[in-house]
Amino acid sequence: MAAGFAKAGNQLYTGERAYPFIQKSKLWFALAGLIVLISVAIPFFRGGFNLGIEFTGGSEFTVSQTEDTDIAIGEDVVSEVTGQEATVTNVAPGTVRVQTEELSDTETLDVAEGLTEGYGVTAEQVSSTFIGPVWGEHVSDQMMLGLVIFIVLVALYMAFYFRTWKMSLAAIAGLGFVVVTTVGVYAATDFEVTPSAIIGFLTILSYALYDTMVVFDKIRENLDPLERQQDQTFTERTNLAVNQTLVRSVNTSVVGILPVGSILFIGSWLLGAGTLRDIALSLFVGIIVGTVATIFVQAPLYALIRRRDFAEHTEEVLALREERFELAGITPVITASGTPLQDGRPVPFPPLPEPEPEEDELEEEDQWQLVIQSSDPAAVPVEAPDADDSGDDSGIGSSRESS
Amino acid sequence: MARARIALTGLLVLLFGMGGLLTYGVQQGQAQWAPLLALDLEGGTQMVLSPQLDEGEGEVDDEQLEQAVEIIRQRVDGTGVSEAEITTQGAQNIVVGMPGTPDEETRELIQASADMEFRPVLQISQDEDYMEELAAQDEELEGTADQDEQAAPEGEDAAAQDGEDAEQQEAAQEEGDSAQPEDFPEPEGEPQDNSDPNWVTQELAADFENHTCSREVSMEERAAADPAEPLIACDPDSGMKYLLGPVDVPGTHIDDADFGMEQTGQGISTGGWAVNLSFDAEGREEFADSSTRLNALEGERNQFAIMLDGQVISAPSMNAPITDGNAQITGNFTEEEARNLSEQLRYGSLPISFEIESEEQISATLGEDQLRMGLLAGVIGLVLTAAYALFQYRALGLVTITSLVVAGLLTWWAIALLGWSEGYRLSLAGIAGLIVSIGLTADSFIVYFERVKDELREGRSLAGAVESGWARARRTILASKAVNIIAAVVLYLVAVGNVRGFAFTLGLTAIIDVILVFLFTHPLMQVLARRKFFAAGKRFSGLSEKELGVDVLYRGRGRFARRDVVYSDPSAVGAATSEEAGEEESSAEDDVTDRATAEERSAERAQERRRRGEHAAADRLEAVPDISEEEWAKMTIAERRRAREQAARKQAEAGPGALEADEEEEAR
Repeated sequence: MAAGFAKAGNQLYTGERAYPFIQKSKLWFALAGLIVLISVAIPFFRGGFNLGIEFTGGSEFTVSQTEDTDIAIGEDVVSEVTGQEATVTNVAPGTVRVQTEELSDTETLDVAEGLTEGYGVTAEQVSSTFIGPVWGEHVSDQMMLGLVIFIVLVALYMAFYFRTWKMSLAAIAGLGFVVVTTVGVYAATDFEVTPSAIIGFLTILSYALYDTMVVFDKIRENLDPLERQQDQTFTERTNLAVNQTLVRSVNTSVVGILPVGSILFIGSWLLGAGTLRDIALSLFVGIIVGTVATIFVQAPLYALIRRRDFAEHTEEVLALREERFELAGITPVITASGTPLQDGRPVPFPPLPEPEPEEDELEEEDQWQLVIQSSDPAAVPVEAPDADDSGDDSGIGSSRESS
Repeated sequence: MARARIALTGLLVLLFGMGGLLTYGVQQGQAQWAPLLALDLEGGTQMVLSPQLDEGEGEVDDEQLEQAVEIIRQRVDGTGVSEAEITTQGAQNIVVGMPGTPDEETRELIQASADMEFRPVLQISQDEDYMEELAAQDEELEGTADQDEQAAPEGEDAAAQDGEDAEQQEAAQEEGDSAQPEDFPEPEGEPQDNSDPNWVTQELAADFENHTCSREVSMEERAAADPAEPLIACDPDSGMKYLLGPVDVPGTHIDDADFGMEQTGQGISTGGWAVNLSFDAEGREEFADSSTRLNALEGERNQFAIMLDGQVISAPSMNAPITDGNAQITGNFTEEEARNLSEQLRYGSLPISFEIESEEQISATLGEDQLRMGLLAGVIGLVLTAAYALFQYRALGLVTITSLVVAGLLTWWAIALLGWSEGYRLSLAGIAGLIVSIGLTADSFIVYFERVKDELREGRSLAGAVESGWARARRTILASKAVNIIAAVVLYLVAVGNVRGFAFTLGLTAIIDVILVFLFTHPLMQVLARRKFFAAGKRFSGLSEKELGVDVLYRGRGRFARRDVVYSDPSAVGAATSEEAGEEESSAEDDVTDRATAEERSAERAQERRRRGEHAAADRLEAVPDISEEEWAKMTIAERRRAREQAARKQAEAGPGALEADEEEEAR
């Protein structure tokens, strides 16, 4: 299977096999919009989130490594001491969790003692947690602050790195999708929202952007020589970049998911609720959503923002293309990544129309290059009309300049 | 190659450096091999406190929070709890961590506010025993860590004695040298003002004589301290004990305090440090009264004591009545002392009490459980990742695995070293961060390997592909790791609670990852690219034709297509077409020049290589025969393209029979 994967990787790389990520962007946007709508709507229908004790405030006791996991014992102990009704759950084999409303110090000690006796364990095996009602809010406030700082910093960084704010904009807008969807999954599945889960959310953002960085870097690389060639359009080259990094994207999310999955497994089945499970769960959801978002939202979004800038180039390429195939007498199928396929095999683009004899062109180029290199400005107007004869000359010239 | 060796040597130096440093630390008994564990893994209590302020009292600033930490630390240390960790977190929180479960009193001590008071001094004497103890402790502090630990219980004993007054007095009476109330004169009448010696009753005088100093002020003592009554207090740093009158000015009337160089009335700097203190309106009047009274007195009673949290922090004497509310305290301060005193005074202006926002008591059993599970999750994650790497990249996966092992080693040592130098403790969230980072670290290799594969697909030799793939992957890796590091730093700075451990390990591993890719993975690939097993694309090398997925393309027209269809740079397009033509032309041998013979030879070499399966290199040789392999490996992609282009052009010039040759080749 790895070999098949590798072969697919090669075909994706050459553009022989291409998934129309960019071309079908309207469909993806519609789907993404729908998902966002659902994600926003779910909390309203379901009456909000399953907030953890950190947000509601209260006391929590954990009895670990007990043989007796009868929840009635815990309920009795709490009602004896405080008269409250406690929520007692057997969160994992040998672990019982008791949640109550806020208890005073003495009550806490009494309940802990009662649990120790009731479950027949040593005091060492009973842990208690008390959380004031403002704690969760405090954590979320800090996280919101962190979120804003992070987004501003990263937006600036990406705009600086890619030398265009448009990539930055597309990436950050895509982040919105990731956040809303993850929150939606939490609302839909009734997973407990705890401060640890909120940490997870911020980490997801970093992960999703990390993934986007890699794909966008490839897009940048593919678009770099865009206007120096007449074979492929902006959309095709962008799509090629997404396809070329597809194998990496899949590998990355698998490699990212494997360790997170193992924490999730251990955290929820062997250890019960807690830091490990909460972080892992939000990461697990977020990594999947993040990878999908990069391919289906962020990259198409960038293409959407930039497409107009290259409208002229696209027209020119498409017009030339028809002419070229006609001249060459072939009718290939062009894949979404801009690779012509003739009878299922990739073929090169036929030469550009009005071809000059090759030697002439070469000489011309050389002369042209000489002019650029000579410091005599008078030479330029004399030679320039010649150089303009062939359509792709200026393209080659600029490629030389840059190389 | 030389650079690869330098990089690998660099990594070795780093590894040995860290390992050696840690070994040294362990031998000195100051460090340990295993990372220090946080409370949620070791068992203990962690409380997050937030300051409580009355309405309109403004915000608590960083300095005041630091002072509060200092005060809480002193209080907790005083109760004999060792290894308590008290730190600030975020802008508004204090986190107290300690082993075991704190009793009621400790909890109250932690939460209580620390009041500042200005009281006039009535009597001063020295606590000889305490001073001896202090001197003894100083000596021990200079000794090794072992002795230091022994010193702690001693202090604890002293504290315990002090806490139980009755017992102590009994003990003192048995020794027969304690002072009795009858030994002291009776006061002559009711005290007239706060400095009146008539405050000193016989009992108080005896108590003062018998009082022993300690660093701890118990909850009862604090509760018993009445601002309208005299008080006995100590300066725990100097061992002086003070008998003080009722409060002249409460600390809340301090407006502000700062410190600077001492200046004379003419504005000339004396070179000493001074603390400047200003009072608010009420404080100004009170301090004016107090200073006028004290200034008229002689000797000890000329002094006033600044008390913070039941202890005397300074007892300056009054030089002049101060009526404008701006006082300057001078003495032989160092800059440090002056800063410290001014900060304490500022803190005193806004006594903060604390509320427990969250408290977590983890039993040692649960901690152990969590540690074991965390490690188990890590091992599973690592094994799964390694297995996937082998599955996807075959022998190259071994590079990933060795890199992960080295990364693990570096991370472990870094955490152990940080535990030694900074007291960093690994928490459960930290372990989660480490496990999550396995995936992120492995991803750097994925980005790199995929790039190398891409370059191979473009027809480069492995050595060339490793170089040019690296040039591109490096950029991407650095750019994307930067995002991770930004996230980790932001998370670390704003986070409260156990988030910090997570952010910390996430950031740490991102940095280690970058170091590793540069100093280990890339050099290792450079070395491996020389091995025949990889360079020839043997089976299971992860780079074989099959594993690259290019098998079909190597044959017939496919090869043609492969070169043409990959458009990383359009200039390659034209080149490849004519290159192909030129290639065939050279084998048609209708040229008799020297160049042709050279080409022939290179073509032969290429054929030979092709037989051995080194397609990429063979293709390259045929296309650009004038350039030696070594030069080729050093060339940039753009340079290579240009070279290919030039070579193709030359060959196109030489023979117009290219098309036929092409067809010939197809027939074959």
